[in-house]
Amino acid sequence: MEEGISNMNERLLTQRESEADFVRKRFDLAVLLIIFLATVAAAWIQQQLFAGDWSFWIDLKDRMWWPVIVPIATICFPAAVQAALWTHWKFPAGATMVCFGLLLGQWLNRIINFWAWAKFPINLVFPETLLPQAIVLDGILMITNNFVVTALIGGELWGWLFYPSNWPMIAPYHVPVEYHGQLLSVADLIQYQYIRTSTPEYLRMVETGTMRSFAGGVLGVSAFFSGFISILMYFIWWYMGYFFAKPIYLKAKRI
Amino acid sequence: MPSVVERNAIFSIEVPEKSAFSLKLPLLGIGLIFFLNTIDYVYQRLFAFTKGLDYSTQQYQQYWMSVLYAELIIEALIALFVVVYLWQTRDRNLENLSPAEELKRYWIWGSFVLMYAFAVFIAAYYAEQDATWHQTVIRDTSFTPSHIIEFYQSYPVYIILGLTFLMYALTRLPQFAKATSLPLVILVASPLMIFPNVGLNEFGHTRWFMEEVFSAPLHWGFAIFAWGALSLYGVLVTVCPRVYSLIDQVYLGAEAPSASIVIENPEACINPLFCSCERNALPNK
Repeated sequence: MEEGISNMNERLLTQRESEADFVRKRFDLAVLLIIFLATVAAAWIQQQLFAGDWSFWIDLKDRMWWPVIVPIATICFPAAVQAALWTHWKFPAGATMVCFGLLLGQWLNRIINFWAWAKFPINLVFPETLLPQAIVLDGILMITNNFVVTALIGGELWGWLFYPSNWPMIAPYHVPVEYHGQLLSVADLIQYQYIRTSTPEYLRMVETGTMRSFAGGVLGVSAFFSGFISILMYFIWWYMGYFFAKPIYLKAKRI
Repeated sequence: MPSVVERNAIFSIEVPEKSAFSLKLPLLGIGLIFFLNTIDYVYQRLFAFTKGLDYSTQQYQQYWMSVLYAELIIEALIALFVVVYLWQTRDRNLENLSPAEELKRYWIWGSFVLMYAFAVFIAAYYAEQDATWHQTVIRDTSFTPSHIIEFYQSYPVYIILGLTFLMYALTRLPQFAKATSLPLVILVASPLMIFPNVGLNEFGHTRWFMEEVFSAPLHWGFAIFAWGALSLYGVLVTVCPRVYSLIDQVYLGAEAPSASIVIENPEACINPLFCSCERNALPNK
């Protein structure tokens, strides 16, 4: 009889453990989805409003501003998410998760709205990718387990790798063409066929300044500068992520 | 292997039914948001470029301003109802909340946070959609067909959901009932502030002609308030250890602080080990 009770208890215990496992997995699933959706949404808003124009248009993907502005504006959330996810859960793909979600959202929008709604051709509006740099950033953090090393090496590489990793996509649009006696890039030519409201501002800002007279050095200087600022941004945003991921309670009691 | 006494303790605790952790609630909420946005999608494709280019026309008033007025009224009523309902039905005996009931409440609360996260993602989608509109059409009003959905529908939807899980937490969860959790407040308040920031945005667009450069400094306020979404991690670090300790208590008989202790000193009851890679090193495991 005692053996029977013991067997029944064993079965009940196994059942309880299985139920606990089920509930834990449900909460894990919810947490993963919440983290992915909310973080990507915020990173996407950040990317749109600090570097959106350079992402929307192929002609803005130039050698001077694009490799500077986009990496600086986009390293913020990967750094903050790494601080939160690596510190608390040793999740080794925070930056990759953010950049994957960002790319997903951007492609959704470019197809549904820019292409299907406003009728811009998709080769004028396709987004850049940040995935190669994100994988490098995650890899460095995972291998070194040190955010200072990640900032110094990963941050610099974040700036350096941006242009080469996007080059296969944009190279065809940098081919020079002659149009009504003017030298243009293919990207410029496409843009002139689809005039947008920001076109006048684009003409004022693109490839201006004495930097152009650095024969052949524009891109290198931009990438180097971008890497430098990316290091600083990584530090700032690591601490942002670290601060925001603290379970802080205000000392004053609610009324 | 648990001892006989420990086993008795395990089997004497009330266990919630499995259906309490059903995916029905979050899926229903996400489905409703998706359905609403599908209607928006169709309506915009039908009437944005055909009826929404000139604010001064009668058809603009009929097809677009009527939508704006309707959604503002409905949203205000829903927000009021949610806040009043959750307050009126608050738990007045929270000190004696059972672990099983608390665990069930965390699932309901988490479902609303998930809906909120999805709604914020949808809002980010509409923000980029707005770029499409403004790169194509010069605005003659703040109430463009794009803004009427983006600012006055997608933002209020996530604000209402944020208020819902905030009020739910304040009135039904011991961790948030008495002490004020800074990450929770930021998670709701910071993205909420994106909506008032529309005032600055619209004032700027009437005052300075900027040729619709999306990354113009006038727009940065939206991004700065979006940074507050990072406090999600602070909320998870607060909640996650409590949920895991409740699971261990309810199903495996482990010890966890009672609701009354958590209400009085929630910060001291957070054991980050419960929600980390070192979890298996806990004595109860």
